[in-house]
Amino acid sequence: MIRLQGITKVYPMGKRELTVLRGIDLHIEQGEIVAIMGPSGSGKTTLLNIVGCLDGPTDGSYLLDGGEVSRLSSGELAQVRGQKIGFIFQTFNLLPQYTALANVELGLRYAHRGNRHRDHALAALDRVGLSDRAGHRPTELSGGEQQRVAIARALAKNPPLILADEPTGNLDSRSGEEVMSILRSLHHEQAITLLVITHDDNVARHCQRIIRLLDGQVVTEEVV
Amino acid sequence: MRWLEPFFTAWSGVVTHKLRSFLTILGVVIGVAAVIALMSVGKGTEQSVVASIENLGADLLLIYPGAATEAGIRKASGTIGTLTVEDATAIYEEIPNIAAVAPTYSTYVQIVVADQNMNAQVSGVTPGYQQVQNLEITQGSFISEYDYQRSSRVAVIGLNVKETLFGDSDPLGQPLRAGNYIVHVIGVLESKGASKLGNTDDAILIPLSTLQLMLGQPRTSQGDHVVASIALTVTDRAYSSEATEEIASLLRFRHQLGPGVEDDFTVSSMEEIISSVTDVIGNMTLLLGAIAAISLLVGGIGVMNIMLVSVVERTREIGIRKALGAREHDIWSQFLIEAAMLTFTGGIVGVLIGWAVSSFVARTGLMPTVVSADIVILAVSVAVGIGLFFGFYPAWHASRLSPIEALRAE
Repeated sequence: MIRLQGITKVYPMGKRELTVLRGIDLHIEQGEIVAIMGPSGSGKTTLLNIVGCLDGPTDGSYLLDGGEVSRLSSGELAQVRGQKIGFIFQTFNLLPQYTALANVELGLRYAHRGNRHRDHALAALDRVGLSDRAGHRPTELSGGEQQRVAIARALAKNPPLILADEPTGNLDSRSGEEVMSILRSLHHEQAITLLVITHDDNVARHCQRIIRLLDGQVVTEEVV
Repeated sequence: MRWLEPFFTAWSGVVTHKLRSFLTILGVVIGVAAVIALMSVGKGTEQSVVASIENLGADLLLIYPGAATEAGIRKASGTIGTLTVEDATAIYEEIPNIAAVAPTYSTYVQIVVADQNMNAQVSGVTPGYQQVQNLEITQGSFISEYDYQRSSRVAVIGLNVKETLFGDSDPLGQPLRAGNYIVHVIGVLESKGASKLGNTDDAILIPLSTLQLMLGQPRTSQGDHVVASIALTVTDRAYSSEATEEIASLLRFRHQLGPGVEDDFTVSSMEEIISSVTDVIGNMTLLLGAIAAISLLVGGIGVMNIMLVSVVERTREIGIRKALGAREHDIWSQFLIEAAMLTFTGGIVGVLIGWAVSSFVARTGLMPTVVSADIVILAVSVAVGIGLFFGFYPAWHASRLSPIEALRAE
């Protein structure tokens, strides 16, 4: 599913350069659920941005679902994001002016897939157990509910890869547990590939494999 | 219905930020309202002026003695007596589509009625004068062919003259001393206001033949009776330019003017006057519109300003959309449609306000106004065009944001 080879990311910092990722090699199979852990500044988020096609690497090769994506233009990357990747963010990132249902529909809209957006969106909300909250705006939902809406949004277009950046970071432990169990059951049902960035060992416990980063390099890989 | 989605998205952007949307379009609203109101005043003025000229007779032609103007310089005095009663008769008989001809000669004489004494202009006219000037009689009758042939001592007077000389008493049959002659009032004209031939309310009309007797009037070397001017009407205003040319060549022949000699008369038509008045007012209207259009332009700059602020404020939203797979054109079309939608709404509101202002102005009686469809369509399209033009940069700016940085924005 994901094959990273020698991925390097360098940011220009005025006259100097800041190297964030130093030759990452990573291989994630279809249907795996993998946690990426590491201290702040270790390059977790930068790695996730590259894997999520939000950014391109400075050097190295990235095969996603069999296609090379490291040299794509920003428009092509957008298309890959729309069709193959669902994002779940720490801060949920729902649009406050839209209802839960409209937020989920938004995930389908840029995927350019099919016409029955409303039906797919309702089905996705149903799978995260929020079909009765479809008409509520994010401000009327609890944190856990908002994150479940975000999961439904990522899920609705049925992408092969879901990326979660600290999905429980802003939630209390009970809601966090709920969110993780939803992700796990989705993984079981649909064989979705799931990549989770986390600080939380409880979250990492749900995963099959834990990859630890330090200073832009993979230091350990352990199978749970 | 998928092609409609960008419009829904843009619309939700508009209604989510109601106050900001309102402030954004305010400049456009004011600009469009100003264009509509000012142009409607211009149009209304034009229509009312044209209507009042037409009321005097759009089918009217006037012939004055004297040379035509050339390059803006009048070559000879208009007081030279070159036109005659015989010219008028010849025009009526030889040129087609002439409805009526009215040769006229006016002079100032002392008028006395009982103890009232005034110096007034007395015009000698033929029976055709009534038709040419489109005059109505409220009391009595107009000068008849019989009166003209017999040089009857009769007069038809305007309303002001009647009130000055006779007050409320019945003027019909009353004697009126004009110079050394006594004439009797046989009719009173209906009030009509000022015309190109003077104010008929102040008129004292007597048969032309009578006036000629009174004055021992001058004749040309051929023995023809000199008149001051000839007014005539054509049967339809469409014939007026044709008739103008034919009259000119007939008069040149009758006055024995060789080739290269200047005309000793001037023919002018109401048609010409209307078109020059329309030109002048049209230019004035355009000027007013241009001034108002400047405020529309300023409104457009306001749109750009607030759209830029809006892009900054909604950076995170842009980041979210991009993360979900929105491409650059999805983002810029959203903002561009939003800008066009705002200015379109502003245009519509502006039209309504401009319309209200214009009908208010019309109702106060200050100025006549006409809101025409073409101006409304023009103003609204210009407003939308301004939205697209000034929305382009903010929209492009939004579409170029990096998704990572956009997502990081607070």
